[in-house]
Amino acid sequence: MATETKSKKQDATETATWRVKSGLAQMLKGGVIMDVVTPDQAKIAEDAGACAVMALERVPSDIRTAGGVARMSDPTMIKGIIDAVTIPVMAKARIGHFVEAQTLEALGVDYIDESEVLTPADENNHINKHDFKVPFVCGCRNLGEALRRIGEGAAMIRTKGEAGTGNVVEAVRHARSVLGEIKRIQHMDTTELMATARDLQAPYDLVVEIHETGKLPVVNFAAGGIATPSDAALMMQIGVEGVFVGSGIFKSNNPQLMANAIVKATTHYEDPDIIAEVSTGLGDAMRGLDVRTMPVEEQLATRGW
Amino acid sequence: MVRVGVLAVQGDFIEHSHALKRVGVESVEVRLPEQLDSVDGLIIPGGESTTIVQLIDIYKFRDSLRAKSSEGFPIWGTCAGMIVMASELTDKRPDPLKLMDIVVTRNAFGRQVDSFEADIDVSGINDGPFRAVFIRAPIVTKVGKKVKILAELDNGNAVAVQQNNLLATAFHPELTNDSRMHLLFAKMIEDST
Repeated sequence: MATETKSKKQDATETATWRVKSGLAQMLKGGVIMDVVTPDQAKIAEDAGACAVMALERVPSDIRTAGGVARMSDPTMIKGIIDAVTIPVMAKARIGHFVEAQTLEALGVDYIDESEVLTPADENNHINKHDFKVPFVCGCRNLGEALRRIGEGAAMIRTKGEAGTGNVVEAVRHARSVLGEIKRIQHMDTTELMATARDLQAPYDLVVEIHETGKLPVVNFAAGGIATPSDAALMMQIGVEGVFVGSGIFKSNNPQLMANAIVKATTHYEDPDIIAEVSTGLGDAMRGLDVRTMPVEEQLATRGW
Repeated sequence: MVRVGVLAVQGDFIEHSHALKRVGVESVEVRLPEQLDSVDGLIIPGGESTTIVQLIDIYKFRDSLRAKSSEGFPIWGTCAGMIVMASELTDKRPDPLKLMDIVVTRNAFGRQVDSFEADIDVSGINDGPFRAVFIRAPIVTKVGKKVKILAELDNGNAVAVQQNNLLATAFHPELTNDSRMHLLFAKMIEDST
């Protein structure tokens, strides 16, 4: 080895610190996280420039069609995907199902999504995410929900949107709600922060932190209904830091092209020329659903609180 | 006054801009190769190395970065950035830019649950140890003759290296409030101009 080696010293080594858990999400920023159901799909996603994959048995639109109880995926499938790619692998646990989360941690997934796309296991309590070494991402519809999840230890937040619809309207609603509330709190008199924490049902300390910094203490992605390159760029321009694409890629006509195009549109979200170019000749996007005509019990975003 | 570019195709480029701003150094987000001509040095941030290399090729940065690097243009890679700059990786993917004479092993400590932070001594950084954050981090497993090792872990893994105008760290100085590594890079740029 080399010349001039400095004296070795390594002190105070710690794993699973908040900085390490929330830090991985920082590395995902500006990127696209894609739902995949097979190792081959995972490779397509990686080759297209996805910054992580979400390993699951069925994409949300198929979960909708199949009905029944949606659970954590089969470990064989998750392991197959972990072995197929070198980018981080995420997997979903049911809301409140901490044993599914323990299992996913044991399997070596890099991030757990405590997800409303699966059937909740506990209608009152989400997982105490501080108990885990592996970091968690959680969905939200508004700032109060985001801060409750962060209070429980979520190291990354995403909008819930309405998964499996190919309709971006709910993701827009949720992102605007979170970001709008943040702006409101930032410009508030400090006297009003406790009442705001009460109204949002959010931890007071986190409301104070938002007042001081003007942003969430963790990375904030969009999810739920993103189906085209311009959907992804829309979410980025609204102010999220990256996007999850579920059914939008592998339910489109040409997944490889769509995956590439959404990655490019996410990087160059402020450049209409590039978005126009990558949107050209993609074939059909996934078939969409109108959320307004959807019965409430079919709306996944209403799961969790 | 130097202008530092931060490659902004994916990853935690904003944290680098903030770290530079804290110590009064101007930074510019670089998204296309032609922007390289308007900056005095470049930081390749943390992120996903596979993704960043894909995007470097999609946006055609590879040739211009290789040319600039050989002309003495200062480049600093953190974590994924170190992987991007390597001459060789111990696994097959991705295809690095081969800027620096180092062999790098990706995800050298295991999966995310094995990520950690520690105090380490870095040559050229004064006033005490540096809190180094390692997230799915790489290590340098072999260095060429011209490469200087600036920091090692107790087990001998090299985690900060320099080769003339090129600097690479396996950890993320941009995730702490300590800007001493950023000042070191700004000084490298000043010395090179």
